[in-house]
Amino acid sequence: MTPFPVPLTGRAAPLIADNVDTDTIIPSREMRTTGRTGLADGLFAPWRYSDADARKENPDFVLNHDLYRDARILLGGANFGCGSSREHAVWALSEWGIRAIIAAGFAPIFRGNCIRNGILPVTLGRAVVEGLAGAAVSIDLAAQTVSADGARYDFTLDAETKQMLLEGLDAIDLTLTKQDAIDDWTARDRAARPLVYLEIAT
Amino acid sequence: MPKTLFDKIWDTHLVADTAAGAGLIAIDRVFLHERTGAAALGRMAEMGRTVRDPNRVFAVMDHIIDTRPGRGDGTLMPGGEGFITETRAACQRAGITLFDVNDRDQGIVHVISPELGVVLPGVTLVAPDSHTCTQGAFGALAWGIGSSEAEHAMVTGTLRMEKPKTMRVTFDGDLAGGVTAKDIALHLLSRHGASGGSGHAVEFAGSAVSALDVEGRMTLCNMATEFGAMAGFIAPDEKSFAYLAGRRYAPAAFDEPYWQTLKSDEGAVFDREIEIDAAEIAPMVSWGTSPEEAIAVSGAVPQGSARVHEYIGLPPGQPIAGTPIDAAFIGSCTNSRISDLRRAAALLRGLRVAPSVTKALVVPGSSAVKRQAEAEGLDKIFEAAGFEWRMSGCSLCFYAGGEGFAKGSRTISSTNRNFEGRQGPGIRTHIASPETVAASAIAGVIADPRELATEAAAA
Ligand code: SF4
Repeated sequence: MTPFPVPLTGRAAPLIADNVDTDTIIPSREMRTTGRTGLADGLFAPWRYSDADARKENPDFVLNHDLYRDARILLGGANFGCGSSREHAVWALSEWGIRAIIAAGFAPIFRGNCIRNGILPVTLGRAVVEGLAGAAVSIDLAAQTVSADGARYDFTLDAETKQMLLEGLDAIDLTLTKQDAIDDWTARDRAARPLVYLEIAT
Repeated sequence: MPKTLFDKIWDTHLVADTAAGAGLIAIDRVFLHERTGAAALGRMAEMGRTVRDPNRVFAVMDHIIDTRPGRGDGTLMPGGEGFITETRAACQRAGITLFDVNDRDQGIVHVISPELGVVLPGVTLVAPDSHTCTQGAFGALAWGIGSSEAEHAMVTGTLRMEKPKTMRVTFDGDLAGGVTAKDIALHLLSRHGASGGSGHAVEFAGSAVSALDVEGRMTLCNMATEFGAMAGFIAPDEKSFAYLAGRRYAPAAFDEPYWQTLKSDEGAVFDREIEIDAAEIAPMVSWGTSPEEAIAVSGAVPQGSARVHEYIGLPPGQPIAGTPIDAAFIGSCTNSRISDLRRAAALLRGLRVAPSVTKALVVPGSSAVKRQAEAEGLDKIFEAAGFEWRMSGCSLCFYAGGEGFAKGSRTISSTNRNFEGRQGPGIRTHIASPETVAASAIAGVIADPRELATEAAAA
């Protein structure tokens, strides 16, 4: 994973609706292979195209405006990314170029998927998010601030997630450094809850 | 200090603290399916990593496989076969147990996991599938994750997690006749919203929940993800232990004192509590494009956003009952277990779906449910009523690009999501209980199942 840019700057593309679900971000029919690539074309297909089969663009959709075609920062409403756990939604956003989403709230699985793929999820109050629509925004992950038009807003993020994003760390590699603690836990737990342990011959 | 069930499970599984309010949590069970699991297994292999304990990882083919009789690896979804063959090969390489397309035990992941005793009270169970919370019905902490997290869980036996807050939702009182677990879930969503449970691990409790059979409890917990919750669960009781005991991967009996500790202590404090009078709940149906947009089937469409009214094609103020439907679907991890099929069949016996309903399907949740239903003759009742009787799988719960409903259809569906396009581009989905689906299929319009039940009783 590449380290998160500090600062991340750009014009914030407003897609401020509540309960934007992952079926809309990437419909199942756009997930054509088991891989993680080739998904940007299907990003927001139901909204981005007036005819998805012909790939005819809907001129009213925010990411089709010239101002936002290269947007790296997306704005969202409450419960952004709800629905299916498909990580393809995040892979599609990432491939399209999105590096941060500022929203009034995130669905938990989607938020986790963002972090694992180097997309920063920032939660701010709805009125603040609305005020950022179309603004030139600067996100400073190190300082945990969002700035636009002379105003500055703080956001919260746990220390570990912040470090992983800033340094582009791989979560699995990080966890494998705790192998001993995991082995110890397993030995203790096997004694405490033996019935939970299975031996399946394969 | 009295502890909640969530805190007990969290503490048992805490391997190490990683940051304030976060921890490395041991994972007892991982379940994969071909739609998202192949990505996790593929990436794992690419990175040269292996599964820490293959005894704890299971996989099944359920999402995009064909449900028409006589199926093989071929699917109507373009490219679908690749997901199936890649998943099969990857499971073999990883040495994990796979329930393949035509295995006796095949079925929707959240239906077969309890059938086989993979889920147990007090375990942590994850799957790259949002409805994993279904399995919380047995007192497990079960939740959906992404493919990268699934890889993390398989390789390390753990997940790095922020600790959620706790919430208890208590339904006390008796449900009115004809009201089901699905209606409880939709009622909760309509009152408290699709992000009402956001940031919380939600315990369902109260006399109405205890009174549900385990299958109804699964239906309720299934919708916890639609509530925005990290997980939904119910403390195990004699019903849960009796259901699981002796199943293939479960203990023969749950008689050790440990199992009885799996409940919230008297006086345990939750970060949030919601109380709902179960007697107030009516049969529900969704009117919009989020599961929170649900009303009593006797109610009228409220004012929503312009976009929703345009998509769903119903103006504010219009009674929802009487809305013509084109298709009916009984299936999905929400409502496709044997009790669901029995209740729907009881209403359909001797009747025919309205001629205006052009597609009606019943898709059993598992191959075992299918066999049981056939042994009881339910398949014959469904077929006589004009429903197609399918092989088990997710089927038209979602549209993968293969089989679909006719363009522009309005469907009544026992599934969990009425999102725009969920069942196909432009398809307008109304989610409801299997009873409401059956009654509406007969009437050809959205209908109150209690009326049909009264007619059936009188006949
Ligand atoms: S039945 Fe539907 S909701 Fe359930 S696992 Fe399958 S696709 Fe997901």
